[in-house]
Amino acid sequence: MADIQAASPQYPLDGMVAGSALVQITPAAPASRLALRARPDAIAPLSKALAVKLPQEPKTSAQGTAAKTKGRRALWLGPDEWLVIDESGADLMAACQGAGGTFSAVDVSNRNTAIIVSGPAAEAVISAGCPQDLSLKAFAVGACARTLLGKTEVVLLREEADVFRVECWRSFSAYAFAFLAEALRDPMV
Amino acid sequence: MSGANRIAGAGRLTPAKTVRFTFDGDIYTGLEGDTLASALIANGVHLMGRSFKYHRPRGVLGAGSEEPNALMGIERDKARKQPNVRATVQEVFEGMTAVSQNRWPSLGFDVGAVNDLLSPFFAAGFYYKTFMWPKAAWQKLYEPVIRAAAGLGVSPDEADTDHYTSRYIHCDVLVIGGGVSGLSAALAAARTGASVIICDEQAHAGGAFAYEAGVTMNGEPGFDWAVAAANELAAMDNVRVLTRTTAFGYYAQNFVGLAERVTDHLADPEPQQPRERLWQVRAKKVILATGAIERHMVFANNDRPGIMLSSAARKFLNHYGVAVGTKVGVYTANDSAYETAFDLKRAGVSVEAIVDCRDHPGEGLLERAADLNIEVLTDHSVINTSGARRISAMTVKRNRGGAGRSIAVDALIMSAGWTPSVHMFSQSRGKVAWDADTQRYLPGEYAQDCTSVGACNGTDDLQATIDEAVAAGLAAGKATGGKRAAKPKLAGSGAGNWSGGMAGSAAGAGPDTTVKAFVDFQNDVTAKDIRLAVREGMHSIEHVKRFTTNGMASDQGKTSNIHGLAIAAEALGRDMPEVGLTTFRPPYTPVTFGSIVNHGRGKLFDPARKTPMHGWEEEHGAVFEDVGQWKRAWYYPRAGEDMHAAVNRECRTVRAVAGLFDASTLGKIEVVGPDAAKFLDLMYTNGWQKLKPGRCKYGIMLREDGFIYDDGVVARIAEDRFHVTTTTGGAPRVLNHMEDYLQTEFPELDVWLTSTSEQWAVIAVQGPKAREIIAPLVEGIDLSNEAMPHMSAREGKICGVPTRLFRVSFTGEAGFEVNVPADYGRAVWEAIWARAEPLGACAYGTETMHVLRAEKGFIIVGQDTDGTVTPQDAGLSWAIAKSKPDFVGIRGLMRPDLVAEGRKQLVGLKTKDPKTVLEEGAQIVADPNQPVPMKMLGHVTSSYWSENCGQSIAMALIADGRARAGETLYVPMPDRTIEVEVTGTVFFDEKGERVNG
Repeated sequence: MADIQAASPQYPLDGMVAGSALVQITPAAPASRLALRARPDAIAPLSKALAVKLPQEPKTSAQGTAAKTKGRRALWLGPDEWLVIDESGADLMAACQGAGGTFSAVDVSNRNTAIIVSGPAAEAVISAGCPQDLSLKAFAVGACARTLLGKTEVVLLREEADVFRVECWRSFSAYAFAFLAEALRDPMV
Repeated sequence: MSGANRIAGAGRLTPAKTVRFTFDGDIYTGLEGDTLASALIANGVHLMGRSFKYHRPRGVLGAGSEEPNALMGIERDKARKQPNVRATVQEVFEGMTAVSQNRWPSLGFDVGAVNDLLSPFFAAGFYYKTFMWPKAAWQKLYEPVIRAAAGLGVSPDEADTDHYTSRYIHCDVLVIGGGVSGLSAALAAARTGASVIICDEQAHAGGAFAYEAGVTMNGEPGFDWAVAAANELAAMDNVRVLTRTTAFGYYAQNFVGLAERVTDHLADPEPQQPRERLWQVRAKKVILATGAIERHMVFANNDRPGIMLSSAARKFLNHYGVAVGTKVGVYTANDSAYETAFDLKRAGVSVEAIVDCRDHPGEGLLERAADLNIEVLTDHSVINTSGARRISAMTVKRNRGGAGRSIAVDALIMSAGWTPSVHMFSQSRGKVAWDADTQRYLPGEYAQDCTSVGACNGTDDLQATIDEAVAAGLAAGKATGGKRAAKPKLAGSGAGNWSGGMAGSAAGAGPDTTVKAFVDFQNDVTAKDIRLAVREGMHSIEHVKRFTTNGMASDQGKTSNIHGLAIAAEALGRDMPEVGLTTFRPPYTPVTFGSIVNHGRGKLFDPARKTPMHGWEEEHGAVFEDVGQWKRAWYYPRAGEDMHAAVNRECRTVRAVAGLFDASTLGKIEVVGPDAAKFLDLMYTNGWQKLKPGRCKYGIMLREDGFIYDDGVVARIAEDRFHVTTTTGGAPRVLNHMEDYLQTEFPELDVWLTSTSEQWAVIAVQGPKAREIIAPLVEGIDLSNEAMPHMSAREGKICGVPTRLFRVSFTGEAGFEVNVPADYGRAVWEAIWARAEPLGACAYGTETMHVLRAEKGFIIVGQDTDGTVTPQDAGLSWAIAKSKPDFVGIRGLMRPDLVAEGRKQLVGLKTKDPKTVLEEGAQIVADPNQPVPMKMLGHVTSSYWSENCGQSIAMALIADGRARAGETLYVPMPDRTIEVEVTGTVFFDEKGERVNG
């Protein structure tokens, strides 16, 4: 076995880039991701185990509470559903192993990939294909939603006023990227 | 010079800014800001098209989007040709090419005009009645000929090179219409701080102020005020002003579609500019300020070029500075035409006579006419017109009789009154109500959160319109979270009050059955057609509409609906509201396909899903097939191989050595929770409680009705965790099906479903050398037969990457399915390939996969089943747990039909001639010599050449199939009858020993 080289990963959006003076579209860094479903009794134990307080308000997300989980985010997707994203290479499955309460944790690190849309026109570019109201009033920094981009499902997270994270399944990511790259051509954005 | 009929000093266009364009090959000069219609009329061209059915010469009727006649083709190049553009909407630009439609060989001499002479044969309902018989002639003769002759315009045969965009947008207040009422409402709403969108289909705001000379707002000319108001709005942060933007559709919950024409008026659009932009607006409040549309008079030959609405003539004069004629006649039942006549006269145009079918025109009009020296004939009607390609005279007659008098004219303007534009209100599902006093339909009961203001609401007085609009704007702003705000001070005066008029046919419209008094110009519907429809028994306006096609053209009956209704009501002897009103449907005006499709073309038409190994497959010459949205490797031809040869080689190689197959597209669902096994017990026919972690099982899923819905291998990873696989195509619906039952039927279960289809790349390694190939790459798993028998699952590492390794087989060979996190799919595949290739293994595609599974009699759900096949029918009774009290479909399976004798069962077929491969879908009979129609016993579901069996193999669903084993049946084909023998479904390795090898 010594002669077998360890396999190296290949990411679905490797090398893709698009942008204009007003918006940049770039693949996000690889991340650990957890699809989390839980009964109420597991929310507190999981929040502790993951060091991020699972949000319970619709359309909200939360950032990690500990120093080393600052970059970790938990996104509310439903009354008992969260998407946890961590770009530090953490083993999220291991982190919640043995936490109390009734829950389901599934590793979806490789199911999803993400596109970062940033710049003053980010909101307008995404609005080309997303029916959500993305004004800051309705979709504040930290807001998230499972929604549509053109013909594909995405999870949208507003990381900053003009930075959005578009999470989508890997085989739809080329489409999502191409859609955004096409949408930014409209001078109206 | 921009046309002989341009009047110096009139209109708002700049004489120095000329543009040149061509119409049917002739070069004309217009002015920047002209529409194609105004520019042509300025050049004395009134003949702009031929009518749809009778090919009668036609000019413009209106000056806006209601135009039914002047439909043109606008061409930029071979790919960019837009048919059916209304000349009254299209702005001219330098170098524009316009062509007339529905004529051959030329607009001036059109062979199709023979239809006009043959018109007695083309009465309403002609097509319905004439082309019924003989039945066979419809498809071969009538339909092709009618299709070729019918239709307006020619669509381009090259792909559109323009691009189109879309934008979703949310606002507090959407104002539809940029006339005085829309602007007033928007100004008021904007002051509250609410986010406001105001749109107007025209190039400029102002609505009727564009032609209503004499109106002042706060002391300044009405149109100047409108331009300033639109600019003021556009400068506000909370307001978006969209001109050249039509609100075309009003859908549920204040969802409104707007089509913005971005470049249609530009000579040289920037390449990045989209031609059109689709705005999909969700508004908290909608204010409808859609105005009113003038109606024509219905009388004999009211369609000659030069005959138009009075408001159109007034707009051509006051906005574009164009006189519609030199000797103008006026025919009216309403006061508004007088104002046009006065404006024309003051501009130096001769007004030959105002013919008013009423006794008493509005106050002061007769005096003003006398002052301007215009003859007014009250209680008179225009009963006919003459002129070949343009009106040359009108025949006028006193209503109570007497002789007709011919008056020479080169234009005739008319007004029967104004129809409030309730299209958008009606689209919102609001109910219109008949207002008996003013004889018109107005918004009645509202269905959505919207308000109508101004002319579309039946408010006729200018100041009342402003006040109503301001109040609506303030209220909408406040209701959507805006602040209290002071009313904008808006005082208007000098507008006419245009209520009144008539609906239906005037004196010159028959009853004579040869008279053509047009009601609907675009579909060539006359008053007599509507009377005929009533005589033939159409008593509902919905039937009259469909029988005559009145109001069914792309102009949506903007000028014709009310007339048609009135004529039908009169013929029926009923009041108009008793006859009903047809429903308005989107779009308000035609919307291009480009706008609707917007980004969704080319590679964005549909997502093309590719597996992590796709790149490798491409590099290795795979031919791909579409499976849903997935691109799957179909087969891997080598030099000189066709599909047949490649598949034969792949099939041989897998059974002789081994093969690699990309199974990543399989649906995967992680079922997790303490009740996971209990839930699977309910979703599958099989039992799951006893399955040990580390073991796999083939599961069958039914619908409630007992028919097979999906199948797949399920691995138990842990007590509370299952890795479920589904068919590629079934992945989303199986998850929905399971989620549906979990949420609605079994919400008490502690179990959750997560799609992991794309988390895992799946590499199937199948064949006698499968173990040898992967063994050196695997860490932490004992691959021996004893430690890891068929249908087991292990977790460990391969190439240093975590894997869920399954010992499963869809080929009948010993084999593994290597699940690795998708990011590592390609690297692991390449590592396995590096081991496999030197051993003589191959990569194989979906076609070989299909053949190999058929050799083993494994079914494919959706191919060997069709939604009416039970597990018993498919020979899978063994997969139904006998002891389970409940699972989805258990009661369905007990239905009498499903337990009856004689059901179709899945069997194998071998052709008597081993080289003959049956066609999938072919029917099977017992006696090929029986008379047609034969009694069909079933059909072929799967059929292949099997290289490994050395003969063709097939599966079929046949009535009582299993009892017919050994029988000879027949497959009748167009050219021959094929003899087949009924067999079992397993053609290769019947004892199933290889899988344990």
